[in-house]
Amino acid sequence: MTRGCNAERPIQTDAPWPATGLAGGAPSTQRERENPRVLEIENLRIEFETGAQPVPVLDGVSLDIGSGETVCLVGESGSGKTVTALAIARLLPCPPARYAGGRILVNRRDALRMSARELRTIRGRVVSYVFQDPAVALNPVLRAGAQVLETLALHRPEAAHTDEVISLLRWVGIPAPELRIRDYPHQLSGGMQQRLMLAMALASHPRLLVADEPTTALDVTVQAQILELLRALRRQLNMSILLITHNLGLVGEIADRVVVLYAGQIIEEAPARELLSHPRHPYTRALMKSVPELGRDVPRLEAIPGSVPRLGDWPAGCRFHPRCPVARPGCSREAPALASVAPHQRVRCPFWDHAP
Amino acid sequence: MSLLSVRSLSVRFPVLRSWWRARALFVHAVDDVSFELAAGETVGLVGESGCGKTTLGRAVVRLIEPTAGAIEFGGIDLASLRPGQLRPVRRRLQMIFQDPYGSLNPCLTVEQIIGEALDIHGLARTREALRARVGFLLDHVGLAPADARRYPREFSGGQRQRIGIARALAAEPQLIVCDEPVSALDVSVQAQIVNLLHDLQREHGLAYLFIAHDLALIEHLSRRILVMYLGRVVEAGDTKMICRTPAHPYTQALISAVPRLDPVANRRRIVLTGEVPSPITPPSGCGFHPRCPIAEPRCGREVPALREIASGRWAACHLAWGGNRMATTGGVV
Ligand SMILES: Nc1ncnc2c1ncn2[C@@H]1O[C@H](COP(=O)(O)OP(=O)(O)OP(=O)(O)O)[C@@H](O)[C@H]1O
Ligand SMILES: Nc1ncnc2c1ncn2[C@@H]1O[C@H](COP(=O)(O)OP(=O)(O)OP(=O)(O)O)[C@@H](O)[C@H]1O
Ligand code: SF4
Ligand SMILES: [Mg+2]
Ligand SMILES: [Mg+2]
Repeated sequence: MTRGCNAERPIQTDAPWPATGLAGGAPSTQRERENPRVLEIENLRIEFETGAQPVPVLDGVSLDIGSGETVCLVGESGSGKTVTALAIARLLPCPPARYAGGRILVNRRDALRMSARELRTIRGRVVSYVFQDPAVALNPVLRAGAQVLETLALHRPEAAHTDEVISLLRWVGIPAPELRIRDYPHQLSGGMQQRLMLAMALASHPRLLVADEPTTALDVTVQAQILELLRALRRQLNMSILLITHNLGLVGEIADRVVVLYAGQIIEEAPARELLSHPRHPYTRALMKSVPELGRDVPRLEAIPGSVPRLGDWPAGCRFHPRCPVARPGCSREAPALASVAPHQRVRCPFWDHAP
Repeated sequence: MSLLSVRSLSVRFPVLRSWWRARALFVHAVDDVSFELAAGETVGLVGESGCGKTTLGRAVVRLIEPTAGAIEFGGIDLASLRPGQLRPVRRRLQMIFQDPYGSLNPCLTVEQIIGEALDIHGLARTREALRARVGFLLDHVGLAPADARRYPREFSGGQRQRIGIARALAAEPQLIVCDEPVSALDVSVQAQIVNLLHDLQREHGLAYLFIAHDLALIEHLSRRILVMYLGRVVEAGDTKMICRTPAHPYTQALISAVPRLDPVANRRRIVLTGEVPSPITPPSGCGFHPRCPIAEPRCGREVPALREIASGRWAACHLAWGGNRMATTGGVV
């Protein structure tokens, strides 16, 4: 039982963990045995078939997550973060989406080749989601408690009772959960809706939590509590986390590694500390300069000019070149490759060591 | 004289819990809040999720009726006005919403969305005048006048927020309540919108009540700040001073929890423990006492008043005082 979980108390680990859905052969290498990958995405290409011809959304994305590891996926709106996340458990609506190439290994099994039945068993149990938009994820006519109970009944029927619902809600920091379970989603504040979704995602004890902007509507003290909770889950249950955010501050708080996405491509990948102290790609650098920081007095924020290129309208050459402060003539012609610049660090810009 | 003066404002929502409970329960979303806002000024409003920031903002622009208290705008008590008299005053009070997706009607073109605001207040007599005005407003917020015929779904989040700003500007307001106008946007676009709001303020002398979670953003934008906790203002005053030496233990925790970009910045973080209290059954005494690291017995009994602890600084804490004793010794884990 994981009853009586409390944000300030350590999590009890006597729950049946990890439950099921851990299919896959024996680990092959030493590193794999020590840290088996929960997720490996290889060269994933996804297209949307909305108009006359298919438009690419993800263009050769590769990323992996070890067990117990936290990876942050950052990037501007429309860069493909949510599409990447949804692709993992094949949650993209097809059509319009089409998996045009690559592999998605969940516990070393390719999600792109799974049967509908197999997919159902990994959804929730192995990979569970905190969706970006509470309005979509929450059922407006179902009371908060009933929504969590529904998830429990599906994935942990032995724990599907009100006490567990209340302790889950308390765990994610919803005040007076015994009263709140009777609320409908619209009666909860934005932040509470987000915590309700988090409770639903954690109810199934997933191996990999995919959290799409889980703390945007939260204030920093609650955010700090949620981050503390996620850290505890990772430490004690060895849960892996793919955290999607546009808040670079979160990266420093929780991520082991960071992947920066721009216009459907990874443009930088690095250990979190490294990325924050030495961002390499001109886009990452510009991103870091555009956020205000407490105690740093700037008369005006340095906005990145222009906006993210629209889908199907990606510029030739480097996709960032129209907005890049250090672009050179060649940048509009030649598409740079994602190149290793240090161990564990890859950058898609040949001029990464030229300071702007 | 101040443009907006809010006195002892309270907003309660009834909650029907169960048919057998005799006593009606209420969410005390906003509880006895008072503040002033001068023309052309920005006041920041921060506080925990669910502490009543949106409710306070909506009450100020009269999207909801306050349960108690008075709101004076330009020297006129809004409660004393009849509905017909309220409209010209309300025009001067606009709101920009947190959600750039849900706050624009998807069935209307941009021209219709902004035109609606012009129509309601009779600001464009002819079609041509309306079209010209919409074009001007779009241009003003960095969109193309040709965008007028497109639908909200064809725009990115940042562009939609610009449409929302253009709609608010259409009524020629003096005060805009900005309810987390950039938290749903990309950081790079956030900077564009923040700079836009800044420019508009300078040009038109707009006043903002700026609600945000992001303290760094508030510090950047506003000279004065209100910190709310559980429906009440717990600290108020000069932003720089509060960010440097917070007096209320909640503000101290808040500021210490702000994520920093510099990963090696060594700082002492106060992680609040204990349950976030409910505005339905608020704790006795100081609303923060169950989570306060320095609470004393009387904190559970007496509600601390918001009092001036130093010149230009207010705090609602029995133990806060003008010197920075608490900021340096109190409650740091
Ligand atoms: N069902 C769909 N049909 C057509 N296009 C879509 C669909 N879903 C997403 N897209 C497009 O795919 C691109 C990537 O979208 P995605 O939602 O992954 O962005 P994101 O990085 O999550 O952005 P945000 O930060 O705004 O959530 C966008 O241009 C979006 O418009
Ligand atoms: N229409 C309503 N009916 C009942 N309760 C409500 C209603 N609107 C808000 N509340 C409650 O009032 C309290 C304050 O909500 P409000 O939306 O003002 O918070 P907030 O500070 O804006 O939070 P957030 O930062 O999460 O947006 C919450 O407890 C909320 O559940
Ligand atoms: S490749 Fe060129 S345009 Fe792209 S980020 Fe590097 S310098 Fe800028
Ligand atoms: Mg997204
Ligand atoms: Mg709000």
